[in-house]
Amino acid sequence: MAKHVLIIEDEPNIVEALSFILSRDGWAVSLHADGNQAVEAVQSKRPNLVILDVMLPNKSGFDILKDLRDSVDTREVPVLMLTARGQNKDRMLAEKLGVSRFMTKPFSNADILSAVQDLTR
Amino acid sequence: MPRETLVGTRIRERRTLAGLRQAELARRSGISASYLNLIEHNRRRIGGKVLQDIARTLDVKPAVLADGAEASLIASLRDAVGDRASGVPELQRVEELANRFPAWSQLLDESFQRTTSLEKRLEAASDRLTHDPYLAAAFHDVLSSVTSIRSAASILSDTAELEPAWRDRFHRNLNEDSARLAESSQSLVNYFDNTEDAGTGITTPEDEVEAFLKAHNFRFPDFEKETSSERMIEVEADKMRSAAARYMLEGFLRQYRRDVQALSADRLIKAVAEFGIDPLQLANDLSVDVTLVMRRLASLDENRIPTPVGLVICDASGALTYRKPVEGFAIPRFGAGCPVWPLYRSLSAPLQLFETRMTHSGDQSKMYQSFAIAVPVTPPEYNQPPLLRAYMLILPLVLGKPDVKPPQKVAKARHTRVGVSCRLCVEATCAARREPSILAEGL
Repeated sequence: MAKHVLIIEDEPNIVEALSFILSRDGWAVSLHADGNQAVEAVQSKRPNLVILDVMLPNKSGFDILKDLRDSVDTREVPVLMLTARGQNKDRMLAEKLGVSRFMTKPFSNADILSAVQDLTR
Repeated sequence: MPRETLVGTRIRERRTLAGLRQAELARRSGISASYLNLIEHNRRRIGGKVLQDIARTLDVKPAVLADGAEASLIASLRDAVGDRASGVPELQRVEELANRFPAWSQLLDESFQRTTSLEKRLEAASDRLTHDPYLAAAFHDVLSSVTSIRSAASILSDTAELEPAWRDRFHRNLNEDSARLAESSQSLVNYFDNTEDAGTGITTPEDEVEAFLKAHNFRFPDFEKETSSERMIEVEADKMRSAAARYMLEGFLRQYRRDVQALSADRLIKAVAEFGIDPLQLANDLSVDVTLVMRRLASLDENRIPTPVGLVICDASGALTYRKPVEGFAIPRFGAGCPVWPLYRSLSAPLQLFETRMTHSGDQSKMYQSFAIAVPVTPPEYNQPPLLRAYMLILPLVLGKPDVKPPQKVAKARHTRVGVSCRLCVEATCAARREPSILAEGL
């Protein structure tokens, strides 16, 4: 059975590219485009990995990450965080909240695939 | 003659050098000509605010007037040396340096002043790059477009036999994202070009809209007519340079047009003549919403109402979305305003109208009356608090001159000292302070 990645990202064209390269690599991909109900989506879909954008409508990726780590159901799920803000303080905040990997945009497809594979070994 | 008694002589010398008449210097420094005459003849000792005001008008440091150029230079050199003098005897011989090499000392001082000035500008620019929401959003847009383009291009390049449907989709994405990148990049170029253009001061879409509204005195007589149309909104919005500014101006003008249809200027002016500028009384008498009254008051011809009015509107995040200033009551251009403003306090008590008397922390001579209220902008939902928008109408009060009728149905006025924003406020002990003041810290 294919491993499952949940992409929480609101940029449709980035979502499409990520979906394509992950599906091509054999992953089952599901999507969520809004900060609201993102934690519920993780709880219900139970993915092997979450790819989480920082700037989302209604709720930031940092808040979602905190909620994921506070929930017994989701605290162990690896989270790969994507951001267009490469500031150190954002990286430090993400690490403090328990991010598994922090990547800044623009990233390469190979980097994303490599990170996903690392985090789900 | 003791050094301090020569202050007047130095002021006279500097004034003459600047080519100013005594009356002109007095007027620009906020004192009478006769008082300045006494000062210049060393018959009145001055210091404090008067000395600072005169120094500012003459564009010199107060110390130059108070102690003379040489003493000022020595003090300035000591500032430049700072803590580095401790343990280095040579650096403590500042007076000897100034006496033996006055030209070199002057050059050193000028370099120090320039470095300090550049540091301040750099700090301001850095502050802006970090906190300017427009710039953050623009960079985010550029990086998101680049990410998408890079991924799509890589897929097209690396996938030997890509299905036609996918290929078409990624070609379309490339096209969309490159167009978006072009617009975002142009917008950033305009931003930085305009930052360089101190003449206009327009740097963001908010600035662009605000400059447009100011140029029209926040009034649009053509929209007050029954013949106004949606097309007129588009024509005005097309004058904006950025898409974001067009969007914001369209929103503003649509609201303006709806407001005019709900409450005409003539009807409101007639009611103001009867009740004064009391938003609640006016709203009750006219059977309209109080926030409509506030918006319409801010759009009236100031010659037809007893006093000019200012209006500030913020959204639930506290971001100021509309700023119509009124003389003397400064409103910050970037970031949030003073946390003590009734505008923000109203957000914690929706639908309660606060009437408050305010003075500015920097100028106690002026008093303002404000009416603030927060209202829902979303319909009721189960278990969801409404999104709020807050309004604050600001009326200048001329002390001793009752040109504004007191409100008749609101609580007894309370007096509050407010500022512009923490950085420009001198209230050192304010519980709402979130950052040091550049005035208090002398940055």
